[in-house]
Amino acid sequence: MNRSVEFTQSQTAILETNKVLKNTYALLSLTLLFSALTAFISMQMQMPGFMPLVSTFGALGLIWFVLPRTANSAAGIGVVFGITGLLGFGLGPMLNQYLQMANGGQLIMTSLGGTGVIFLALSGYALTSRRDFSFMGGMLVVGMVLVLITMLANIFMQIPALSLALSAVIILIMSGFILYDTSRIINGGERNYIMATVGLYLSLFNIFVNLLALLGFASGDD
Amino acid sequence: MDWMKFFSALLIIAMIIFLFPRAKEMLKNSPKASSNDLLAVLIPLILVIGFVFLLMKSV
Repeated sequence: MNRSVEFTQSQTAILETNKVLKNTYALLSLTLLFSALTAFISMQMQMPGFMPLVSTFGALGLIWFVLPRTANSAAGIGVVFGITGLLGFGLGPMLNQYLQMANGGQLIMTSLGGTGVIFLALSGYALTSRRDFSFMGGMLVVGMVLVLITMLANIFMQIPALSLALSAVIILIMSGFILYDTSRIINGGERNYIMATVGLYLSLFNIFVNLLALLGFASGDD
Repeated sequence: MDWMKFFSALLIIAMIIFLFPRAKEMLKNSPKASSNDLLAVLIPLILVIGFVFLLMKSV
């Protein structure tokens, strides 16, 4: 009798995990498409150079102050679309700048494809290995704080090589976050698909932007 | 005064202020990693570096 109860509880946990995974990836797909749409609109409207800053402020405001209050309700889905829409809208000026380069279109598509490959490979690895990557949490957040401090200094020092090094480090940290977040969903640490989606989206967004910066440098170096 | 630099710096400071307490708390409460765990993370990250390097060579 006890064994059948344990088996049922284990089945329930697996079903619950699969449900969170399914909902997370479904919402992530929709928000990525929405983000691409707002980026396209921003590009067509030829938004000015300060737009990324305004969008990022707005998105961070939603993430810090609104999302925690709405993540357990349907309103949270609207907030997620708000966050991803704002961040996508902020990409417009940067993408327009890259399109002015001779191979700008190729760079953007390569960055998109590269981001997709990195995400699929790391997610696939986390899902199939079912390893617990929770030990990475502290290291990743500390790494992010150190990167932010260095970025703050580089705003005033303006060292191009340091910007590129920071881009490379951010790609690594965000790759780590993909492993960490996916592992949390599988191992039951994250039960809220709205929060999981925002975490994965931010990792993808940052990988794309910084990969584009690295490819832009590599292309200009020829 | 370069307003873009000022507001960029403000944004980054806000992110640091938000993340710092979380970083402290997570460092304190995260489980310790074994050498197998670290290897399980290092190998995919090295592959990511290699892949990014390949992409940079291709453009």
